[in-house]
Amino acid sequence: MQNSDILILNDQNLPPDLGLPPAEDIDAELLDNETMGDRIKTMLRKNKLAAASFVVIVLMCLAAAFAPFLTPYEPNKTSLKDRLAPPSREHILGCDELGRDHFTRLLYGTRVSVMIGLFPTSVAMIIGTVLGLFAGFYGGKIDFVIMRLADVVLAFPSLLLAMVVSYTLKGGIISIFLALAAVKWARTARVIRAQTLSMKEKEFVEAARSLGVKKSTIMFRHILPNCLPNLIVLLTLNIPESILDEASLSFLGIGAQPPSTSWGLMVFRCKPFLFEYPWLAIAPGVAILVFVLAFNFLGDGVRDALDPYLKD
Amino acid sequence: MMTNLAAGRAADRIMDMAADTAAEAQEMLAITDLKTHFFTQKGVVPAVDGVSIRIPEKQVMGIVGESGCGKSVTAMSILQLVSRPGRIVGGSIMLDGEELVGKSVKEMRNIRGNKVSVIFQEPMTSLNPVYTVGRQVSEAITVHRQVGKQEARQQVVEMFKAVGIPEAERRFNSFPHQLSGGLRQRVMIAMAMVCQPKLMIADEPTTALDVTIEAQILHLMRRLEEKSNTSIMLITHNMGVVAEICDFVYVMYAGKVMEQAPVFELFDHTKHPYTKGLLNSIPKPTEEKQRLYNIKGMVPNLLRLPKGCRFSPRCEYAMPECREREPELYDCGKNHKVRCFLYQKDQGGGADE
Repeated sequence: MQNSDILILNDQNLPPDLGLPPAEDIDAELLDNETMGDRIKTMLRKNKLAAASFVVIVLMCLAAAFAPFLTPYEPNKTSLKDRLAPPSREHILGCDELGRDHFTRLLYGTRVSVMIGLFPTSVAMIIGTVLGLFAGFYGGKIDFVIMRLADVVLAFPSLLLAMVVSYTLKGGIISIFLALAAVKWARTARVIRAQTLSMKEKEFVEAARSLGVKKSTIMFRHILPNCLPNLIVLLTLNIPESILDEASLSFLGIGAQPPSTSWGLMVFRCKPFLFEYPWLAIAPGVAILVFVLAFNFLGDGVRDALDPYLKD
Repeated sequence: MMTNLAAGRAADRIMDMAADTAAEAQEMLAITDLKTHFFTQKGVVPAVDGVSIRIPEKQVMGIVGESGCGKSVTAMSILQLVSRPGRIVGGSIMLDGEELVGKSVKEMRNIRGNKVSVIFQEPMTSLNPVYTVGRQVSEAITVHRQVGKQEARQQVVEMFKAVGIPEAERRFNSFPHQLSGGLRQRVMIAMAMVCQPKLMIADEPTTALDVTIEAQILHLMRRLEEKSNTSIMLITHNMGVVAEICDFVYVMYAGKVMEQAPVFELFDHTKHPYTKGLLNSIPKPTEEKQRLYNIKGMVPNLLRLPKGCRFSPRCEYAMPECREREPELYDCGKNHKVRCFLYQKDQGGGADE
């Protein structure tokens, strides 16, 4: 009974200067305030694989952009005497079945493949992100309509749907753009909707609401940045996939139209010579592999650097 | 024992013994007969069922009760952020003479964070992990005030200093994960106070913190309340916290106010059996009792409320009358009101136990 008061929290037991107490300070060394760009830079310095991937991607894009300066040959100029020539000093990767310089065509093909990889994917992901955000945030009827639409798109094999779209649009690169954008938004929408649903319940969203922040601001300024890690992973999956899809479509004659070319088209055109002249099919195949892998490694690195929940 | 809890408070607070007079002061918040019901598929859940609460200017008002008794719903009703299928079906909420029930979405947005702000329980999850804390507190200003970035920054840094965040300038650019729990809660308080609201709702602000930090945060809130014109509505289930900083206490049970009294009156002359139960459930280090006292039974399912007094199935003093009809709030004097038939006879008189 005598010492009962000691265990009870009251003023007498606490230091008298509690009016402005020294706030506890644990993570002082963590305080070098870094921005998003800083964090990516740090990541690139530490993660050699991601850094190498970044260099590879930049080099490939530059090579595609400056193709005319890197090769003396015309991409579409045939030369029957060089038909199926093996790699040599004049033709680094040899020549294809029409005597066109294979390296030159690979460079020009990079343009198409990189564009197909980046643009329709970006468009599809922007559409998917916005729709997913709306579906997740508002729920109810809006959610139902958007998600059933996504279900329909996902229910068809995406390649088949892309074929239908690009066939009705009479082939060509533009129609592939549209075809891929039309089928690729659904997956993004689903992932972002799921993420939005979980973010919506977080207390910081409730806190933003209690501060009187507008719904649209909450959606795009508070929830969307928290979906960024997911988006980056999706991007690294979608870009290679688009390149491969474009290859398939080109193979079926709906994609890039000869004489213009793309990596996928080159692989498939050179397939008949795989055993006698293997370098013809392998070179664009390796290009696809390197580009796709580089994107995956870089994407992983960036995700690790940005994801606030992966922080240790 | 309860007297000890209360008596531990600083001497100047004893003055508040005469909270009767304080209640006459201007009312910052007046909730009258508020009804917030949830329309579920199984039926209507009266989460808040005719609650009347008054908070005078510059006071800390506590709401206590078990989980699910409607404390948080009452708070969210003030902000009109009750999530579906909940809805305010009746009553009035006057904030500084301004009716909040029936305001449009846009009008309410103007009030949230500006005139009424909230501190949440979990400082870990109440801050957006992707933005610096400075930017988040700045947002609280820029949403309501026409100020430039630099000016907002200045105000935030000042606010950070006021809530005792060391090296405020540097913390401005810190991310939430770089701060400890106590610091994050200080940031939340800064966010809630930065627009100098008339009312700050603190929804279990110290539950996620350890006791030393809890004491710091409570004192900080008390100090801010004394310096500014902000009234505080403190939601908690911790009687110790109530004894620490509240002026007046409402005890809620199953969506209704069961007992209301100035804090010393409540601890010294506990009347309602439910309040007695709550106070007895606090571990007493002095007694060598093996088992902790608990109120028998559970909070009733609000879909199937018992007939008569809501507490009667769990009440040790329940009389036949209790199971027949619901008691009113009986005035026992000294600003003390109890919803229990035991005190029916005391009504109007200055009853003493």
